[in-house]
Amino acid sequence: MLAYISIIITAIFVNNIVFAQFLGICPFLGVSKRLSSAVGMGMAVTFVMAIATAVTYILQMYVLDPLGVSFLQTIAFILVIAALVQVLEIIMKKTMPVLYQALGVFLPLITTNCAVLGVAIQVIQKNMTLAESLVYSVSTALGFTLALIIFAGIREQLALSKVPAAMKGTPIALITAGILAMAFMGFAGIKIA
Amino acid sequence: MNKLKFILESAIKNNPIFVLLLGMCPTLGTTSSAINGMSMGLATMGVLICSNVAISMLRNVVPDKVRIPAFIVVIASFVTVLQMLLQAYLPALYETLGIFIPLIVVNCILLGRAEAYASKNGVVDSFCDGAGVGLGFTVSLTILGSVRELLGTGRIFDIPVYNEEYGSLVFILAPGAFIVLGLLIAVVNKLKTVK
Repeated sequence: MLAYISIIITAIFVNNIVFAQFLGICPFLGVSKRLSSAVGMGMAVTFVMAIATAVTYILQMYVLDPLGVSFLQTIAFILVIAALVQVLEIIMKKTMPVLYQALGVFLPLITTNCAVLGVAIQVIQKNMTLAESLVYSVSTALGFTLALIIFAGIREQLALSKVPAAMKGTPIALITAGILAMAFMGFAGIKIA
Repeated sequence: MNKLKFILESAIKNNPIFVLLLGMCPTLGTTSSAINGMSMGLATMGVLICSNVAISMLRNVVPDKVRIPAFIVVIASFVTVLQMLLQAYLPALYETLGIFIPLIVVNCILLGRAEAYASKNGVVDSFCDGAGVGLGFTVSLTILGSVRELLGTGRIFDIPVYNEEYGSLVFILAPGAFIVLGLLIAVVNKLKTVK
């Protein structure tokens, strides 16, 4: 049990996917202008990342490894993720229209979110079990959501403040992210068991 | 001569990092030193040129409806080749760049160039486009890496510039990546308005 708690805390705070691992920066900068869309994107990523990690994990363990073709990992994973996102979109549209309304616009963007592929590869590299990798992927996605929500909150305020012309938009956003990353460095060194 | 101008134009005027803001993850993640940034840039440039040329050759064969998955497969194949080459000949570099090597697949610059340029133009032009954009990416990553290395350790490409004790470690760590990139983009914005 302690092992899982350790994975959760580490993935959300200590090794935050945006501030410590630099994955998923594009949506982090792109969809963080409004708090509401940040929440939507965060939920969509959590949903896709959990399912994608489970599917790619099974693919690696039961198809790629036994056949001795693990060098096809990159190609196989990206295709599976792309197909999965499409399938999820179709299923959600039919069975969960409310959820689709909320997450729909963000789904196609997720295919090119490097965080999803990154986590799928990481759990293989770290030799995690299926349960561990599910916990890891969900908590990493929660860390991403947390980062996105904090950042969106700050950016909503930032939009109202006076910023030098050259710093407007992305530059000031990046510097804000840098200061946030510094705050997250405070979690570094926390170890549970 | 014209081709050279075209290459430089796509490298500077449409610089993928400082102007178009594409491919941010490797930009921030691999530039803790000048040499790492440059290696990542060159690796991406290699894949970009190969994928641009291949996609340009296939542009009349691939049906329009399945072009995006087809592009992704082409890019992923070249990334796999690169991954194996690095693992075999430059294992140290492979270790440092780590997860960012397979993640070249999802670098938006590659798919962006495939869709916007290589799928519509000839092989030679696509090669030049790949070289130009790749060069812009490499140069940007090298600049970012150099600034971070200089501020963090007082060295550029491992050549000492000033005493290491005066360096500020934070620039090598995660926050420094965001802050230096933000300031560099601000400088580029400023220069654009001056012209």
